[in-house]
Amino acid sequence: MTEQNVNQGRRRFLTATTAVVGGIGAAFLAVPFIKSWQPSARAQAAGAPIQIDISKLEPGQLLIESWRGLPVWVFRRNEQMLQALPTLDEQLRDPDSSNADQQPGYATNPFRAQRPAIAIYVGICTHLGCSPSFFPELTPQPFDANWKGGFFCPCHKSKFDLAGRVYTGMPAPTNLVVPPHRFLTDTLIEIGVDPEGVA
Amino acid sequence: MAGPDKAASPKGLLGWIEERLPILAFTKAHTSEYYAPRNFNFWYYFGSLAMLVLVNQIVTGIWLTMNYKPSAAEAFHSIEYMMRDVDWGWLIRYMHSTGASLFFVVVYLHMFRGLMYGSYRKPRELLWVIGMFIYLVLMAEAFMGYVLPWGQMSGWGAQVIISLFGAIPWIGEGLVEFIRGDYLISDATLNRFFALHVIALPLVLLLLVVLHLGALHTVGSNNPDGVEIKQGPKGNRWSSEAPSDGIPFHPYYTVKDIVGVGFFLIIAAFIIFFEPTFGGLFLEKDNFVPYDPLVTPEHIVPVWYFTPYYAMLRLVPDKLLGVIVMFAAIAVLFLLPWLDRGKVRSWRYRGTAFKIALGLFALSFVWLGKIGGGPGTDAAETVIGRLLTVVYFGYFVFLWVYTHFGFERTKAVPERVTTHD
Repeated sequence: MTEQNVNQGRRRFLTATTAVVGGIGAAFLAVPFIKSWQPSARAQAAGAPIQIDISKLEPGQLLIESWRGLPVWVFRRNEQMLQALPTLDEQLRDPDSSNADQQPGYATNPFRAQRPAIAIYVGICTHLGCSPSFFPELTPQPFDANWKGGFFCPCHKSKFDLAGRVYTGMPAPTNLVVPPHRFLTDTLIEIGVDPEGVA
Repeated sequence: MAGPDKAASPKGLLGWIEERLPILAFTKAHTSEYYAPRNFNFWYYFGSLAMLVLVNQIVTGIWLTMNYKPSAAEAFHSIEYMMRDVDWGWLIRYMHSTGASLFFVVVYLHMFRGLMYGSYRKPRELLWVIGMFIYLVLMAEAFMGYVLPWGQMSGWGAQVIISLFGAIPWIGEGLVEFIRGDYLISDATLNRFFALHVIALPLVLLLLVVLHLGALHTVGSNNPDGVEIKQGPKGNRWSSEAPSDGIPFHPYYTVKDIVGVGFFLIIAAFIIFFEPTFGGLFLEKDNFVPYDPLVTPEHIVPVWYFTPYYAMLRLVPDKLLGVIVMFAAIAVLFLLPWLDRGKVRSWRYRGTAFKIALGLFALSFVWLGKIGGGPGTDAAETVIGRLLTVVYFGYFVFLWVYTHFGFERTKAVPERVTTHD
């Protein structure tokens, strides 16, 4: 085959179409490999609601339960704690819970709870996902001389009050998440389900 | 010794192979016929030591997989099993865990050598960039390896590092889920990290090392004087075309490196046999407790080689910005060859301000590492740490301003490499 007989246009066309078709094929082939990294069907099915019995929960006590593998905190605030909460507003980033992603509508109130005494939060720091430690006492702490009770993250030192509201100047950008929950009775809570009549 | 007679190729089976695949010629070209500058010093041990550690990691790693079980239910106990019940299992595991930390010691010194002697400068930009990719892959490899024992630091370290990607706007949350393969750190995460740690990343690492060496042997080694021996006179005892200031890598530097290997192995053996956790630095105390997804350990810090970056992350009071600063601290190193416009490579002949700046840069890195490894509650330390972060990034700004606008006053560079010591 001599150079004169080569149809360059045809050769370029065939090279380009082969490359394009091959590229599309490779892209489609990549899909299963990428998709297989997504949470499996079993992982997705593991997110069922849980029930928590709080009949033995004393004021000031914290109960940690696992929901979808996340630690869910339930604790009963005492009178002193409830009175301390409104005094902190100025030190908080979002005292009025205006970020609607962090709690359902029925928990958008000063106590971030359906019932002021019963606090329910996902115990995962909104910074990088560590689980903050519980410091309920309204006494000075090594990390804060004017401590009014709350949570302190061991990883990056974010502070939250007893309503899961983040202090200003902390690495954590938002308040702790309030999971969907409902009261089945006065002492039985279901996590993962909104109350009746709420979308 | 001088073999001008090219026809003296091997006979017999060796010759038969060589005709079909020139293994001997290739090996010679990269050892006894690779001419390295004759003035290498102490700092030139770390490249070959890094290769030694890589081999150690691969060999001990293969043996570890023979007893390790990559599942959330069994991982921790399979480690305890190999430590207690498998003959010499403890030694193989400590060789691997100590090797990981020493890998970073060696690599950091290797990189600092590059900064001192300007080894990243033209024509070695690509060599430096490939090296930086090796560093990146090594960090990913080390991180995933640390997750495998499934202790408290494994799980919570993974939680923090993976959550870093959640700071990316829009796609962050989905990406985190994609990496974990679940809604939390779980068996799926552990299993895929195992696959990446023992197969995918080591393959990438080996390929990058080959490219690093290929690029090195193309442009030739730099040296403590930063003098280009290929531009100097030609001809030495072994070849009339090789640079006069070059000596064959083998046997001269192989023998020299063996001395370094000897010292290195003494130190490594001491750690492996007497202080394998290195006081909680190489193997953190919390990692001797099985992972509990509901309780975060009181002090959570990564292994020492990540702490400088971790300190930066912690010192910035904003999630996204903290993550950006942390990644930028690594990314900016890639740009070094183009930021440094100085006329001279080696710090031996560079301006005083450069030496001070490089010293401060090294100090900021080490000090940040110390802060990042601490509890991080000290207010004074926060101020110092932020200052050090500015110093870290300031080095690169300074370097560009200093060299681009011609502020640097250099000393005269010799024509040939010097061997005064």
